[in-house]
Amino acid sequence: MALKNQRGSFLRTHVFVFLLPAALIYTLFMIIPLIDTVRYSFYDETTEGLTAFVGWDNYILILTDERWWTDFSNALKNNFIFFVIHMFVQNPIGLLLAALLSLPRLKMANSYRTLIFMPTMLSVVIIGFIWKLILSPLWGVGDTLVGFVGMTDGLPALLGEESTALITLSFISVWQFVGIPMMLIYAALLNVPDDLVDAAIVDGANQWTAFWRIKLPLILPTIAMVSVLTFVANFNAFDLIYAVKGALAGPNFETDIMGTMFYRTFFGYQLQPGSATLGATVASLMFLVILCGVMLYLFVIQRRLQRYQL
Amino acid sequence: MRLSKRVGPLGVHAVLMCYTVIALFPIYLVIMNSFKSKKGIFRDPLALPTGTTFDLVGFEKVIARSSFDVYFTNSISVTVISLIFVLLLGAMAAWALAEYDFPGSDMMALYLAIGIMIPIRLGSVSLLKMIVGMGLVNTLTALILVYTAQGLPLAIFILREFIAQIPNDLKEAARCDGVSEYRIFWSIILPLIRPALATVAVFTMIPIWNDLWFPLILAPSQETATVTLGIQQFIGQYVTDWNAVLASLTLAIVPILILYVIFSRQLIRGLTSGAVK
Repeated sequence: MALKNQRGSFLRTHVFVFLLPAALIYTLFMIIPLIDTVRYSFYDETTEGLTAFVGWDNYILILTDERWWTDFSNALKNNFIFFVIHMFVQNPIGLLLAALLSLPRLKMANSYRTLIFMPTMLSVVIIGFIWKLILSPLWGVGDTLVGFVGMTDGLPALLGEESTALITLSFISVWQFVGIPMMLIYAALLNVPDDLVDAAIVDGANQWTAFWRIKLPLILPTIAMVSVLTFVANFNAFDLIYAVKGALAGPNFETDIMGTMFYRTFFGYQLQPGSATLGATVASLMFLVILCGVMLYLFVIQRRLQRYQL
Repeated sequence: MRLSKRVGPLGVHAVLMCYTVIALFPIYLVIMNSFKSKKGIFRDPLALPTGTTFDLVGFEKVIARSSFDVYFTNSISVTVISLIFVLLLGAMAAWALAEYDFPGSDMMALYLAIGIMIPIRLGSVSLLKMIVGMGLVNTLTALILVYTAQGLPLAIFILREFIAQIPNDLKEAARCDGVSEYRIFWSIILPLIRPALATVAVFTMIPIWNDLWFPLILAPSQETATVTLGIQQFIGQYVTDWNAVLASLTLAIVPILILYVIFSRQLIRGLTSGAVK
């Protein structure tokens, strides 16, 4: 290893000069705020703006008070649906596109890749508004489009109905971000040695079996990584719901997820004043959910998968 | 067998073509309609602008009623300055971690990697308090500091792997000649890791440019709004004016699309370079 040959170089000034600026900014603006937010969730703001230690009171309030728990469990449930749709629609589509793009001797693969990735580059806010316009019953372009596939009744108000709003928003997000699993899986597929696939083809396998029996098992670590990235990104989502539905995540909180609930708790809405300490509590609970997902990945899934790696 | 060999590639192209249309059509629809009059937008949304329906009224309204030029300047400054900090400070830290053996260097690397998985947004409550305390609310500096912290973990992680692969000979030769560690970093290491820096630049830039959360809570004023926040506020205000809404969306989309088309080759090479394994 190249790195272990500088014995005794610690405490030399240049090590500090190289390391300190990054470590300082990272600690100051990321680690301390994260820890401080968790600390803050154990405090309460009094009217003078001072804070008093209240132990687990904020957590007890959110998890047991009827109104808070209704809100919180609703946001958690919606967020879970949001994640499941990404996991089982976005990632399989990404896998399919990556598998097709990585087929040998495919013409125009670069153009497809570039074009399909385009929506991923744009801001979530812009994507949200684009779809809001297209799905708007006022414009009617949606009706025309579904007319082409034989739906003559026109497009229902997908974003307005309680039963369809969350699923519609999830699919908008899937549509935008399918490029990410596609790219990561595509990169992994390119790293599978050609010899392996060629050997299988010579032995009589076709591309289909070669994919399922050889390539897919080899890229399982990437698929696991894509899954945990999806999990973290989805439980941290906010922009799309806020842009399309506002902080109230209507209709009737049907599209409320953890991110929008955090925002409302922190800054307040309608008659409810904002609370930094309760906001910190919701953020800490989100932290806990994300941590569970990441731990599951690091200590269970990744360890098991390591065996299959080349 | 021969049939399947012929249908195969055609089927693959059909699927990919279909998906490409699905991916691009909504964007195309918005851009195209932004060049039409209100009548044109509603009467025949799928038609290209013609002599009678062509109208730039939407763009005139957006330019008159909002400060898109300010939003663009803000977004560009924040993204570029944060990017320079992330690349330079990230490369420095990555070099220190990869090259020098000091007690706790592995712990330090692990500590700096936590931020890859834990989103910085969760610290917003305390971050906002801190920014208020520093008197940096409604400044671009606040955004730059937060985005630098957000970008560093992944940058250090990727660059460290890359620097560790640089052969020793170059560095040792330079050291024998009495070149300082700073010069080695600046004149030998930085030029060698340019491809990795490009990859990191891509991963860093996109989330910064597109972010709504931090501009919304740390710098929501008109003077400091970024494109993402500016457009969100503009559309909220003029939601019923279809010309203005479509034009503002087009103004936000087109520059990104142009940049994307120019740099897509480097960008996709960066994404698929296997840096994330």
